[in-house]
Amino acid sequence: MIYFNNVSKVYPQGGNDASLEDVTFSVAPGEFVSVVGHSGAGKTTLIKLLLCEEKPTAGSVFFESLNIHALKHKELTNYRRRIGVVFQDFRLLANKTAYENIAFAMEAAGKDEEEIMSDVPHVLDLVDLTSKMYHFPHQMSGGERQRLAIARAIINQPELIIADEPTGNLDPVNTYEVVQILKKINDLGTTVILTTHNRGVIDSIGKRVITLEKGRLIRDDKDGKYII
Amino acid sequence: MGWILLKRILRSGFVSFARNTVVSLSSVLVVTITLSVITSLIFVQAVLQSALGDIRNKVDVTIYFVPDASESKILSLKESIEKIPEVASASYISSDDALLQFKERHKDDYLTLQALEELNENPLGATINVKARETSQYESIAKFLEGDGVLAKDSATIIDKINYNQNKIIIDRLNAIINGAEKLGFLVTLILIVISVIITLNTIRLTIYIAREEIGVMRLVGASNFYIRGPFIVEGVIYGMVSALITLILFIPITIWLGNTMTDFLGINMAIYYRENFFQIALIVLASGAVLGSVSSFLAIRKYLNK
Repeated sequence: MIYFNNVSKVYPQGGNDASLEDVTFSVAPGEFVSVVGHSGAGKTTLIKLLLCEEKPTAGSVFFESLNIHALKHKELTNYRRRIGVVFQDFRLLANKTAYENIAFAMEAAGKDEEEIMSDVPHVLDLVDLTSKMYHFPHQMSGGERQRLAIARAIINQPELIIADEPTGNLDPVNTYEVVQILKKINDLGTTVILTTHNRGVIDSIGKRVITLEKGRLIRDDKDGKYII
Repeated sequence: MGWILLKRILRSGFVSFARNTVVSLSSVLVVTITLSVITSLIFVQAVLQSALGDIRNKVDVTIYFVPDASESKILSLKESIEKIPEVASASYISSDDALLQFKERHKDDYLTLQALEELNENPLGATINVKARETSQYESIAKFLEGDGVLAKDSATIIDKINYNQNKIIIDRLNAIINGAEKLGFLVTLILIVISVIITLNTIRLTIYIAREEIGVMRLVGASNFYIRGPFIVEGVIYGMVSALITLILFIPITIWLGNTMTDFLGINMAIYYRENFFQIALIVLASGAVLGSVSSFLAIRKYLNK
């Protein structure tokens, strides 16, 4: 489903993000892949390449048969509708309520009103936020916000969920909940790519782990543990 | 699909205008100031035009006739003058009327009046006042009267003098002033409008800068550029419209006050001018507001979309 083909990314002098060096791996549909590594290992750069926020210096990234860095603007928009993203800092729309945040993703994808009115409450129920439907993000706790972000990511039934350090700002209880939700999503057939540096998270998932160090892929374990 | 999209964009624009109270208010304030500048300029132009019009009306060419010129000859000359295309009007003042006007003007000046009494006959000749349509046309009219036209040959005996040459310097200078004032007024208007637009553009750019992370999120969620940009432009138009209404309301008390206190100084009554031209002014202000808001939003958001 996803192919990283000898991907290198070098930032110009003074860039904040870590670089990547000759990374090659592939992800099959329905897999749950965790990407681990210290801060500065290149996890975020990898995610940015996958989201087309950055272009690789060398190599290419394929999503199925699409070279995602050669996409035109419109195709890129369509590509983004096929993936759902969850961030450490949630990235919710601050001026919209929980309901509207999710509805926005559906509106952007061109869904009609009836579908939105029936699906949004359903997905909020799935992440246990029904009571917060008309709250703004600033009125919610960190765990609630992250669950809302996950609800937004899955509302359009994406083929792939990318979760960039989703538990980074959460306490252990919320971390556990978020991981359980991600596992449930994966059980339903959606591919999940998760980055983290939380040992407990990796050990509790017990699935494939890719380890990055200083921009290089150093381990790729099928039934991985957190080993650095 | 198109209608749903439009509806969503409109609703989204209105909602975000209502929710971002502080940002909306500050933008409305800046746009209001800009529109006030534009409205003021409309009024300044009106004052300038009326002042220049007044001055224009005070300039004329007077033809003085010898005292014994017969009235029928003078009147036939007047008719001929009125046929000249550049002439706006020609008014005849008979020697008796001239005397009455002279007495009226000098009614407190006994010496002059007494001197006049000493003379047994009316020393004042009849005159014709000629007004041209444009101040620059006086020269050709005067030349025509003095020159070798049929008119002049026929009437040379009765014309005493034409005072164009005495007024020439004043008329020339006035022409220069009128031209200059119009050019300067246009230039100042243009500069002020450009400055206002730049300030507005910057303010709205700032409000969109605040929303740049949201724009990033919208892109990641898969919203098209059109769908992201739409609500911001709607918001811009709302800024413009609200500001335009505030400006129009604001100018009601201002013009009434100006009308009550400054009518003599300005030459026109602002309140009446505002009332008579309200629809035109309202149209200009509303359109400027809408264009200002939407174009500023459009330009400001472009930066965050072209990634």
